[in-house]
Amino acid sequence: MIKRDVIGKSALALAIAAASIVAACGGGQGARPPTTAQQQGGAATPSVGARSVEASALAPGNVEVLLCDGKTKISVASGTPGTAIAGQLMAEWMRKNPSSNWEAEERERHTLQPAADNSGLIGLIDGHTYGKITAQDVALWKTETERVATAGSAVFHDADQLGSTVGVSCDMCHPHAANTHPETYPKFQAQLGRVALLRDMINWCIEHPVRGKALASDDPRMRAMEAYILAQRKGRTLEYGKH
Amino acid sequence: MDRPKKTPEAIIGVKSIETKHMEERAALHRGLVNLDRRSFLKVSAAAFGAVAGAGIVSPHSFQPVSVAHAQPAKGKVQQFRFAYISDSHLYERSLNDRFVNALMRAVDDVNSMDPQPDFVLYGGDLAQLGGAKELETGAQVLRNLKAPIKMMVGEHDWFLDMGEKWRELFGAPTYSFDHKGAHCVVLNSIIEADFWTARKMTPEQRMLTVAGLDNGVQSRFTVGAEQRKWLENDLKGKPSTTPIIVFSHSPLYKLFRDWNFWTDDADEVQAILKRFDNVVVFHGHTHQMLTNRIGNIHFHGMLSTAWPWPYAPQGLPELTVQMGRPDPFAPSDGCGDGSALVHPDGLADKIYNLWNRNPVTVSRTYTATRGAKDKPAKPRLESY
Ligand code: HEC
Ligand SMILES: [Fe+2]
Ligand SMILES: [Fe+2]
Repeated sequence: MIKRDVIGKSALALAIAAASIVAACGGGQGARPPTTAQQQGGAATPSVGARSVEASALAPGNVEVLLCDGKTKISVASGTPGTAIAGQLMAEWMRKNPSSNWEAEERERHTLQPAADNSGLIGLIDGHTYGKITAQDVALWKTETERVATAGSAVFHDADQLGSTVGVSCDMCHPHAANTHPETYPKFQAQLGRVALLRDMINWCIEHPVRGKALASDDPRMRAMEAYILAQRKGRTLEYGKH
Repeated sequence: MDRPKKTPEAIIGVKSIETKHMEERAALHRGLVNLDRRSFLKVSAAAFGAVAGAGIVSPHSFQPVSVAHAQPAKGKVQQFRFAYISDSHLYERSLNDRFVNALMRAVDDVNSMDPQPDFVLYGGDLAQLGGAKELETGAQVLRNLKAPIKMMVGEHDWFLDMGEKWRELFGAPTYSFDHKGAHCVVLNSIIEADFWTARKMTPEQRMLTVAGLDNGVQSRFTVGAEQRKWLENDLKGKPSTTPIIVFSHSPLYKLFRDWNFWTDDADEVQAILKRFDNVVVFHGHTHQMLTNRIGNIHFHGMLSTAWPWPYAPQGLPELTVQMGRPDPFAPSDGCGDGSALVHPDGLADKIYNLWNRNPVTVSRTYTATRGAKDKPAKPRLESY
């Protein structure tokens, strides 16, 4: 078989890494993504979890944040929303990484249905978390959400990332995730003898046609694939139980 | 207590209808080996007479049907049958034997056809990633076919080395031949405009890009100006009454662009075929039951031996009766092979031999009447 490394095996690895930042970095226990850690005064002593971000001894009011990779660092004003920090971190990380284009490349290869447009909320006050919702907030939600789905697209289309022992990936039978019907879950699968969730059927297809090992529910690849499959069926009515 | 068991014949003194039927069938087919048409008629009549004499002419009796088939036809084609196998997508056996086994199953199916088909059309996508070993594996399996084989190329065979290995094994991808009054044309319809040079892709990257059905980086399939010219020349001087059979990997019409269920210059190709009374196109690539008619041109898809594709979300031709949604728990559901019976007028009954289901025939009457007559049964589970 021709090695599949050519179209950015490394880019796909990064896709997973990126998903991890969003999906698991702040406390996911499944795979071992690089962990977000705070950074103080230049001493590289990464501790665990984005939640430990604190004010530093740097410029007053500024916080330095270290990305999961233990290297990428940005300085933000204290009080910046966490999502904004994540976005900036990601931008910085992608700037430093040669294959940082993975997302654009993946999206060029495989059409992704866009996430919902929340621009109608701009300017509204949500007193609890955001203060006033800004255009940047809305853009960030969309980018981050689509990034996870895009990472899922990369996994879905790559036999190696799926751990296939026979060179088979999901897109070979489900182009653009067709015939995956996520809107019909949960439903009783007679052949499994129980009610299945979407992830159970994903795992079934991983174990059988793809001949790989089932993924843990919180595996970043599983989370990302669920995101992709759901994204692709945008606009469908939920009909759990439908066959 | 224990009496020796008696066969039904021994008990009743006569053979069962079924036994007679099988014997009569065997006798007929023994007689059919290498017969010319005249002695074929003789054998048929003799066999028919024998059965009629015995007072058993079951509706399943083969003779009357066979005699009818061999009758001098009013049309231009002496009725014949060909078989097809398509879209096996082979990896090397050491990596994945599932697809190799599926192709072997199809070869067994065709070899057990009785009588044998006049030829076997291979519909393209023999390999998965165009590898020399993949193509060689396929060639090796196909060598076991008893009937002669006609090869067609698919995109999975082509984009690693731009068809070099395929041509070495199977010859030119574009050719024509006459068979029992029909003119048959085999095209290479998977030519794509260069998307790889500007992106500095390696041959492997190019192949992987094309191998992804939903990969939007690649170009659309075409037959191309050169082959269209060839086709015009090939058909030049043929009277419009000549029945034309075209084999192409992609459907020679525009169904769904995003998956290349599509030929970009289909309109131009159809224009070349327009002046003929009856044209039938058989195509691979779509891995499903698919039926269409555009004017004088009747289109039939072929099944894959490897996996079924979902139906496209839009553009499905009105005449198409879908195959049932495949059951993921049954590994070869939605896969299969099949055959076509070409009638004197050049139109064909298309048989989809689905491995897990009853075979489905899309008859010439169905397309000829634009779906008014002989509609195949609707599947229990349609795609959604
Ligand atoms: C060899 C072909 C093949 C491969 C490869 C394959 N599947 Fe499937 N899968 C099927 C078929 C066939 C069905 C049934 C489709 C239907 O119900 O219309 C199915 C069904 C499903 C379903 C349930 C659909 C429903 O209607 O309930 C999901 C989810 C799914 N696959 C996900 C995946 C994922 C994720 C992968 C990759 C890890 C994958 N499949 C790989 C053939 C395949
Ligand atoms: Fe194919
Ligand atoms: Fe194809």
